[in-house]
Amino acid sequence: MKTLDFTRKIKIDIKTYTLIIALLFIWLLFGYLTGGIFFSSRNLSNLLRQMTIMSFLSIGMTLVIITGNIDLSVGSLTGFIGIIAAYLQAVMLPEILQGLFPNLSTGGLGILSTIITIIICLLVALLAGICQGYIIAYLKVPAFIATLGGMLIFRGAILGVSGGRTIVPVENSLRWVAQGYLPKNLGILVAAIAIIVIFLMSLRSRSKKKQYGFEIKPFTYDFLVASAYSVLVLGFVLIINNYRGIPNPVIIMVVIAILVTYLANNTKFGRYVYALGGNIEATKFSGINVQFVIFKVFILIGLLSGVAGIVLTGYVAAGTIGGGMNYELTAIAGCVIGGTSLMGGKGTILGALIGTLIMASLENGMSIMNMSVFWQYIVKGLVLILAVYVDVTSKKSSS
Amino acid sequence: MVYSIFISENCKKSNLYGSNNILKDEYILRIENVTKDFPGIRALSNVSFKIKKGDIHGLCGENGAGKSTLVKILAGVYPHNTYEGKIYFNDEEIKFTRFSVRQAIEKGIAIVYQELALIPEMTVGENIFLGREPEHKGTISWDRLFSDAKEILKKYKLNIPFAAKVSALSVGKQQMVEIAKALSQEVKVLILDEPTSALTDAEIKSLMEILKYLKHNGVTCIYISHKLEEFFRITDNITVLRDGLVVNTVKTADTTEEKVIAMMVGREMKERFPVRNRKIGEKILEVKELSTQDILSQGKIAIKNITFDLKKGEVLGIAGLMGSGRSELVTTIFGEYGKHVTGEIFLEGRPIKISSAREAVNYGIGLVPEDRKKMGLVLMQAIYKNISLPNIRKFSNALSIDKHKELNECRKYADSLNIKTPSLFAITESLSGGNQQKVVIAKWLMSTPKILILDDPTRGIDVGTKYEIYKLINQLAEDGIAIIMISSELEEILGMSDRILVMHEGKCTGILEQKEATQEKVMALATGTKNYSEV
Ligand SMILES: Nc1ncnc2c1ncn2[C@@H]1O[C@H](COP(=O)(O)OP(=O)(O)OP(=O)(O)O)[C@@H](O)[C@H]1O
Ligand SMILES: [Mg+2]
Repeated sequence: MKTLDFTRKIKIDIKTYTLIIALLFIWLLFGYLTGGIFFSSRNLSNLLRQMTIMSFLSIGMTLVIITGNIDLSVGSLTGFIGIIAAYLQAVMLPEILQGLFPNLSTGGLGILSTIITIIICLLVALLAGICQGYIIAYLKVPAFIATLGGMLIFRGAILGVSGGRTIVPVENSLRWVAQGYLPKNLGILVAAIAIIVIFLMSLRSRSKKKQYGFEIKPFTYDFLVASAYSVLVLGFVLIINNYRGIPNPVIIMVVIAILVTYLANNTKFGRYVYALGGNIEATKFSGINVQFVIFKVFILIGLLSGVAGIVLTGYVAAGTIGGGMNYELTAIAGCVIGGTSLMGGKGTILGALIGTLIMASLENGMSIMNMSVFWQYIVKGLVLILAVYVDVTSKKSSS
Repeated sequence: MVYSIFISENCKKSNLYGSNNILKDEYILRIENVTKDFPGIRALSNVSFKIKKGDIHGLCGENGAGKSTLVKILAGVYPHNTYEGKIYFNDEEIKFTRFSVRQAIEKGIAIVYQELALIPEMTVGENIFLGREPEHKGTISWDRLFSDAKEILKKYKLNIPFAAKVSALSVGKQQMVEIAKALSQEVKVLILDEPTSALTDAEIKSLMEILKYLKHNGVTCIYISHKLEEFFRITDNITVLRDGLVVNTVKTADTTEEKVIAMMVGREMKERFPVRNRKIGEKILEVKELSTQDILSQGKIAIKNITFDLKKGEVLGIAGLMGSGRSELVTTIFGEYGKHVTGEIFLEGRPIKISSAREAVNYGIGLVPEDRKKMGLVLMQAIYKNISLPNIRKFSNALSIDKHKELNECRKYADSLNIKTPSLFAITESLSGGNQQKVVIAKWLMSTPKILILDDPTRGIDVGTKYEIYKLINQLAEDGIAIIMISSELEEILGMSDRILVMHEGKCTGILEQKEATQEKVMALATGTKNYSEV
């Protein structure tokens, strides 16, 4: 019994490790090919920021795919929210706010505008998620079709709102959300807090295990594991601080990733998501409201697309009609590379993040090398297929 | 060891008489020292025995003893390098490698798996010839396919329309299609892994006829079952496995059911059904004039005007042939059978309407469904997750699940049901069929329902565990839980129920008190040959 739980643990770890090894391999390759530029603090910082927008989508997409569904509309929805953000900031809000608060400074107005923009954008995204979720979960339109329709509708709406033009300017405060950095001291503080949390959690899990009479690993083992994680966190912050600090969107990404991972692993909702992806019939017969679970999953991905849209507009500092184009495909690719099964029932947020990071690394590295765009597409396509092939064969040999 | 002595003795004898050929041909399969490991568990260890040509060779043992694993090795599902030991087929060592299943088929070893492996959306004919479709210049010749299929079904007297979709057939009929599929090829050895667990008595009878016919034509058969009396109806020899080891191979004629059971479970079993301290309480459920339309064929009635009541601490058995509407009745009560339901249901005197499983669970009703693969389990998930699925609320608030408590509780139920697994984290799919069934039972036991409905709960479960399950059912009943139990086994129904509701073609043909119930009476009601009053 003991040995078994242990081998199981190692086996799972090996799976994540292969992904991490693949990632490291790609990094080393680019490090070599770009003569070290790839590993500069500046580039690493950029790389992380580049993956953030996609990561919001792939985090949401993971849950959707685990339920055995798919969401093709996220790219267009991201673009749509992005254009709404730009429209609010450039066209609508300045006039209204000026009228309402004539004696506020320009800076103050800007911040107010950004806050209102974020709230409205998230509400619109929520609404989009509710609509699609309702259509899929309750009206039983297959997700592929419903979101294919959504994709076209949001793309059309982008053109409608923008009138076919790029919308500028956006407020500095919105740009700060996507382009700014956490002050270095604060970054260290965050790392310190994270390390404390890591150790506390490790202790708590030990005491829980003891309370229920499960065997616990030697104290030194748990201590070493926690220390290893701490070193990783601290090292990451130090490297990134070497440039300008942790990019703001990376913070958002980490927070969301932790929240959704928690949701997936430690709540009823998460448990039901995996269960119904594995066998919807059996889950229903266990007295679970499967429709409501699917509904919530689509609401979540709608919201996350909203976050992606806001960050996108802050990042490019404009609302463009091509915003979010093809993002759904990259997000799906990220999930799949990260080990999420399109058949449903399997997948992790961490995997999806690493998958997304792999895709972003490819793009980033190849851009530094000035590889032509057509090669970039081809390489990304090949990597996707290779990754899934490796996944499939490894599964076969293990069973 | 024993066997090698046996062989050498035989050799001497045959040498004496100077005829080696007889010996050579006597055993079609020789299994020598086969060992097979799965992660964390040794499914077979040093298994050796021989199967005589033309015999029907029974294979029995408790759930997880390794029966399915062994026959899967013979059928090439686990290729040569994944196990240790040697297998001789007609004295030639077989080493199935890549495309191993196909190689086995070419040798003439056909298998009908324990878990059905048909494609539900395809027709019977297509399923029978899947992978071997008759072609004419590169296109499938449908006429030939269907006429061949019809031919085969007719040859074995199977009353199944060859053009029907498999999904529209009863589980028993599907099983017969599987058998037809195996027989449509050139078979020398036919392996049947629990073929009768979903068959009606009539179907079992016709299967036995088929087996006798095959034996007559020189086909060897390996027969796995948990219904021991079947061994005594058709097999020539029985090999008993326990925990991956061969206990013994015996001639059927020289043994008895009791002896086989003792070999299987390692101890003697005195009684088949444990006694219960009957404490029947007040009425908890009342069903009045319940009717439902069939969801598969429109206009047909699945159940009609069913009226009965159920009391606390009572075990109500539901008997009837496969397809008599037993499962439809309980799924209707559970709120998951179609929309066109009429009639009334009262729970503790109050009228209730259940239109989904969720509501049923909220009212305190649990259902162990008939088809565990489809409705009972999330096979790809860990065992403990399956057990806790309907019960997560017990270990969680809105924010989190207390996983340690959850595991602890799951362990309790897994232990009390004796689920054979190296770890609760193991994937449910890796369990043997019977142990999977125990997982479904465990999950509902944990939900401590007021009413527990068990739809054929001991299907595919070995005698020892059956007894354990009966004890559990009794325990639940003594605790005041009302139990509805469907069963295909008459003995089980008679041995366990306080009252027996018998169904025939969607109607209730009678409710018998335990005292007055006999096999004959139940069968008469189930086949609709007589009315209750005439019995
Ligand atoms: N694919 C697998 N992975 C891991 N373990 C397995 C796998 N298949 C079978 N086992 C294990 O091997 C053992 C033997 O299983 P097997 O299916 O042969 O039992 P069985 O005798 O057919 O039982 P039953 O009567 O319940 O069908 C069991 O403990 C089972 O859990
Ligand atoms: Mg089996």
